[in-house]
Amino acid sequence: MVKPEKLIENGIRLDGRKPDEIRPIKIKVGVLNRADGSCYFEFGGNKVIAAVYGPREVHPRHMQKSNSAVVRYRYNMASFSVEDRKRPGPDRRSIEVSKVSREALEPVIFQEYFPRSAIDIFVEVLQADAGTRTAGINAASIALADAGIPMKSLVSACAVGKVDDTLVLDLNKDEDNYGQADMPIAMTPDGNITLLQMDGHLTREEFKEGLEMAKNGCLMIAQMQRAALLEKYSSLMEGEVNE
Amino acid sequence: MEKKLVIPGDFLSDDVKLADEGTYVEDGKVFSSVFGIASLKNQIKVVPLSGKYIPRQGDLVIGIITEVSFSNWIVDIRSPYEGLLHISEFPRRIDNSEMSKYLKVGDSIMTLVKDVDPSMKVELTLNDQRLRQIKDGRVIEVTPSKVPRLIGRSGSMIAMLKNETNCNIFIGQNGRVWLTGKDKNLDLAARTIQKIEKESHIPGLTDRIVKFLKEEKGIPIQEPAKKKAQIEAVEKGEPTQETARDEPVIEETPREEAEEPDKVEENESGGILDELLDK
Repeated sequence: MVKPEKLIENGIRLDGRKPDEIRPIKIKVGVLNRADGSCYFEFGGNKVIAAVYGPREVHPRHMQKSNSAVVRYRYNMASFSVEDRKRPGPDRRSIEVSKVSREALEPVIFQEYFPRSAIDIFVEVLQADAGTRTAGINAASIALADAGIPMKSLVSACAVGKVDDTLVLDLNKDEDNYGQADMPIAMTPDGNITLLQMDGHLTREEFKEGLEMAKNGCLMIAQMQRAALLEKYSSLMEGEVNE
Repeated sequence: MEKKLVIPGDFLSDDVKLADEGTYVEDGKVFSSVFGIASLKNQIKVVPLSGKYIPRQGDLVIGIITEVSFSNWIVDIRSPYEGLLHISEFPRRIDNSEMSKYLKVGDSIMTLVKDVDPSMKVELTLNDQRLRQIKDGRVIEVTPSKVPRLIGRSGSMIAMLKNETNCNIFIGQNGRVWLTGKDKNLDLAARTIQKIEKESHIPGLTDRIVKFLKEEKGIPIQEPAKKKAQIEAVEKGEPTQETARDEPVIEETPREEAEEPDKVEENESGGILDELLDK
């Protein structure tokens, strides 16, 4: 796609959203039978699936910690997730995303409850459309809860960016490619930020304003994560009571 | 109602003293630490809807031997940590070289967690009247956090299940359930246990299970004639264990070969992803 002349027209973005609007989200909890916890997450054009295994034995042995669990996070893009086939396997980018995503989730997990064990999180990106790391974190946090792993709270993630000199929430692919800045943020519902990255340029004022926008976005996502988890069980609950 | 579904981080109470399992305290407030059912009666407690078994001293569990080492049997107890059964914890004095004569890889045992140290080294024992090797029947698996519901208040659910299905049932704290009885009854018991596991969070469980058992037994017409079948079985001289229902019988049945504990897996259809991806 060639760069569009304008990414924002009359306060409306290319895909029809307002600057502070996130893309539609669809969540399914417990989609994988073999995993201890799992989640399928759609975030606009992003489609990711997260699986959590554990706590379980650590292999290789030398990775284990004697006083807490190790958390391992593997972010992977399917070769068909982008237009030009992505060469399969870990690369510089996916190793970085895995690291920062792991660090975004570690603060909420009660790792000390499970010494000498491992909690493995796998995130597969099936379709990418800018913001896969945030989608991955959102999915992984639900999958962790679904696996019954003790946590302080869920983690929600969302990006802000600058496009045509305007701050916008949750960039899509074109905005990401042709925009001026991209800043993914992950945080807990009570406002502790566990991930903050930025590329591009923002002024101090823009940064502050962008942070507030992203916080609001995360809160909206937290509501949906919550609803999705409760839905897994309450639908069954009501159905049976009405019977 | 005093029970509700909560997710990690949900606020539960201001009274720190009441905080119990499945919760954590921060800034003088109690929050849920797991995704599960919170009960606010007496103590504030959240029972998770899923999760691994974490061994504790005094738990009765069902283990499977995975390795025989110099003086220990290494036992899979369905937890992140393996169990160690030392040779001295076997009820009889046996020689190192004879260990696999008594318990070999793949054997199932009913065992007691003797001790768990802070680094999660789990020591098991067989030195107890209640403990023995499992040689007959079947072992099925349920989510460990559902074990209390399966047992019921002061054992009501399990007693009812034993009565209605004519099976002997032993529930390990690690979510392995050992069933002994006749094949048809075992099927019924296994199905019922799976239903309990699936619906354990919905109120009115016991009533529904009673109804379920009645329906299940009502549909096949042979079932009400179960008593008759039993009598026939006795006449044919088949080994029945009707008389000693209360305690598992250890006599070795001639069918031992075929009695590898069947693991019934919860195979809910995996179609949800297909359905999602279709759209």
